[in-house]
Amino acid sequence: MSSTKPLRGIKLPWIKTFETLGTRWQRLPTSARWVGYLAMVLLALSLPSIPGLGDIMTPGSSWERVLFYPIGIYILLALGLNVVVGYAGLLDLGFVAFFAIGAYTMAILGTEFGMDFWLVLPIAIAVTMLAGLALGTPTLRLRGDYLAIVTLGFGEIIRVTATNLSFTGGPRGINKIPRPPSVEGVSWLTFSISNVKPYYYLVIFFIVLVIIGLKRLERSRVGRSWAAIREDEDAAELMGVPTLTFKLWAFTVGAAVGGTAGVLYASFQTAIRPTDFPFILSATVLAAVVLGGAGNIPGVILGAFLVGWVPEVSREFSQYRVLVFGAVLVALMIFRPQGLWPSRIRQAELKQGEGGIGQLGGEVGAVVAQAEDNR
Amino acid sequence: MSAFLNQFWASTIDGLTQGGIYALVALGYTLVYGVLRLINFAHSEIFMIGTFATVAFITAVGVASPLTGLALLFFLLAAGLVAALASGGAAVLLERIAYRPLRRKGATQLAALISAIGASLFLQQLFSLKYPDAVSTVRVMDKVNLASIGTGVIRADKVLVFVGAVMMMVILDRVVNGTRFGRAIRATAQSPNNATLMGVDIDKVILITFLIGGAMAGIGGMLYVVFFEVTTYFVGFVLGIKAFTAAVLGGIGNLRGALLGGLLLGLIEEYGASIFGSQWKDVIAFSVLVLVLMFRPTGLLGESLGKARA
Amino acid sequence: MSMPERLLRIDDVTMQFGGLTAVNALNLHVDEGEIFALIGPNGAGKTTVFNMITGVYTPTSGDIVFLGTRVNGLRPHKVTRQGIARTFQNIRLFDNMTVLDNVVVGTHAGHRSSVAGALFGLPRFRREERQGRERAMELLEFIEIADRGGDAARNLPYGDQRRLEIARALATDPKLLLLDEPAAGMNPSEKSDLMALIRRIRDTGVTVLLIEHDMGLVMGVSDRIAVIDFGQKIADGDPLEVRQNPDVIKAYLGEVSDAS
Repeated sequence: MSSTKPLRGIKLPWIKTFETLGTRWQRLPTSARWVGYLAMVLLALSLPSIPGLGDIMTPGSSWERVLFYPIGIYILLALGLNVVVGYAGLLDLGFVAFFAIGAYTMAILGTEFGMDFWLVLPIAIAVTMLAGLALGTPTLRLRGDYLAIVTLGFGEIIRVTATNLSFTGGPRGINKIPRPPSVEGVSWLTFSISNVKPYYYLVIFFIVLVIIGLKRLERSRVGRSWAAIREDEDAAELMGVPTLTFKLWAFTVGAAVGGTAGVLYASFQTAIRPTDFPFILSATVLAAVVLGGAGNIPGVILGAFLVGWVPEVSREFSQYRVLVFGAVLVALMIFRPQGLWPSRIRQAELKQGEGGIGQLGGEVGAVVAQAEDNR
Repeated sequence: MSAFLNQFWASTIDGLTQGGIYALVALGYTLVYGVLRLINFAHSEIFMIGTFATVAFITAVGVASPLTGLALLFFLLAAGLVAALASGGAAVLLERIAYRPLRRKGATQLAALISAIGASLFLQQLFSLKYPDAVSTVRVMDKVNLASIGTGVIRADKVLVFVGAVMMMVILDRVVNGTRFGRAIRATAQSPNNATLMGVDIDKVILITFLIGGAMAGIGGMLYVVFFEVTTYFVGFVLGIKAFTAAVLGGIGNLRGALLGGLLLGLIEEYGASIFGSQWKDVIAFSVLVLVLMFRPTGLLGESLGKARA
Repeated sequence: MSMPERLLRIDDVTMQFGGLTAVNALNLHVDEGEIFALIGPNGAGKTTVFNMITGVYTPTSGDIVFLGTRVNGLRPHKVTRQGIARTFQNIRLFDNMTVLDNVVVGTHAGHRSSVAGALFGLPRFRREERQGRERAMELLEFIEIADRGGDAARNLPYGDQRRLEIARALATDPKLLLLDEPAAGMNPSEKSDLMALIRRIRDTGVTVLLIEHDMGLVMGVSDRIAVIDFGQKIADGDPLEVRQNPDVIKAYLGEVSDAS
């Protein structure tokens, strides 16, 4: 049974404010919320243009470029991984594979067949979804940590395969990937090496689209099934939820979003190579999801923003970046596993104190705690 | 196909050698998993620490040219001890810092996984700061050809690795099945509640489990360095996944399975490499992982730590 | 001539776990419209029988036939779609979802809309969403916790949680409802409400198969009772017969001292 010990985490002072804001937000009438959303989107779109902001946020590098990559792309990736990890509760350590597949699809179709961005996009989405299906079908009945390792292996298989095959350009990768088609004469829709803003607007466009899609899924049979699976997979199955099917959906939807980010990335970098897709990117995106508060869209965006921005702003310490990153992950799990901005549902789930490292962790923890009490 | 047949003996010998290293690292994974049902993601870095400890030892001792006879033997024993202590100690620290606090709180699997990843990255980068490039060592053991079968050459250092792996497994087997410690470990693996009721100090059992698993990885690291004469801060990553694959292949939670799985994986890799080309070795190993988990997740020998006889 | 098809037939079913035989050559049947109770001492194998019927375990041998279709070997969600639903001995609600959503999840058992429907707001999706909510509200009223629809399931008092589990199971539109110790932890007034609820459920056309330890409830509500001990059926008949069966008394109380 679930223990009733409350989770001893660090209470962050601003969380109270966020939570009150959150409740007030929910109570606003729909029309007011739509105005709010619009305002947020407009604010986001104007970020690269606010004078002086770039000097504060990213002194020494291009604010607009950083906003697109890593921040924008990470947000997109984190939203995708959030479906797998946050909604369906599956452990995925190989998400970078879908990013890579999307990028390589753009690269190959763009350079070999001269296809343009908008034509490649749906194809890339289809390909990544198929990949998600191929990975998920044999592996989704595995228990948590096994699934994690298998997905990790899959991510590596993709990377090594891309390095070895000539049609993916081998270790040198693929160059001269075409940029998205520009609109004549409109400066903010002219994609070029010196003009990053259009890319940023494009990524915002996709982020908004994905958020709308995810919200719709949340409030549907799909989202409810995912929540039920996360709560109690066996009970869900017995209530008629085809758990395997929905887990596959989580994988494929997540993959599609990851693939979209990949297409965007390739058309921006115009040159990709296998070393762009290492395991640490999967770990970073996972960290973004967990840092922000898995399962919660604003939290995930915050997490991705931080994970993308902080390393940029601390360039002098770049040697220590991963070191600090690793230490932060450990500390985060010990002191605040629910992330910086968890949804109230997640807070509650974690408070129940269920899970336990592997199966034994919780048992062992409880047993030891009791033994200590008895001393 | 003809390449495969031509190289059969060479592949077999190399496979068994590499497999020995996989087996030693796999022992650590399987031990911790058997007791805690936790995949110690940072175990790969524990192995890496063993390799660096060996390098440091070689430098400290001032080996200038290959050793032979008794000198070699003492050297290997000492180096093994040093590496075992370094890795075992690191494993214990790891458990204390990254896992124990989570255990106390009944943390979720995801939290434990992330903590493990964080610890793994931290350790990797810690060493990359001091050793950003590959570090090579002097030759400690002559690569003496002892015999040959077909295209395969039985070299002394390959024999060392293979024999070393088998020996460690045998020793470990004796410890787990024949000592009080071992009984405590198995009792905890089977049921922590009952174990506590019988007076077992679970915290200590877990500590010792990490210590022993780490020590095994350390010895694997020592043999790795003696054989390959090089190491990097990144050496643990892929090897760790492969060692985990070996543990699963043999049966996670099963000590003999770790040895069997390690050797078998080494062979499969080499045979596959001779057919498809050595650049596909990693893909072959990872595919084994996926296939085993798909079709026989209990592995070849099944779990055994929690049973009457490990 | 030929027997009319039973609602549920358990034919010669055995369940072995390694060396342990949990259920041994069990023969049982449930007829439509009955309230059928499965009783027996603790550890007799009753929940194992439920688990076999619902597809959680696959019987080592024998068949389980529901309305003429073999269900052993089907995945649990397929069994539910055939028309068998259940509640659990230890309540297994979706704690952090609302009361209403718990029941809505049950209604989804009969739905087909999926990702495309939700993303594009397709007609079937909208229809099923509406139907699901309406049906869920109806069920909440049927079990009388409609006013707590928006609360988190884990905040409900214990007795209401048990009833919510029943509502969720009913939402899957079953013909056969399996109740696993529905009265556990209830006080006498809750138990009598439960008895009335079970009868109301049967009156809507759902057959009920229940495991229960409370003899008063069992005797008061069942049409037929089967007694299991050590995985084997030792009695089967109407409440009066079963109550006086010496084997049954022995299984529960030890040796019978007086044959009358």
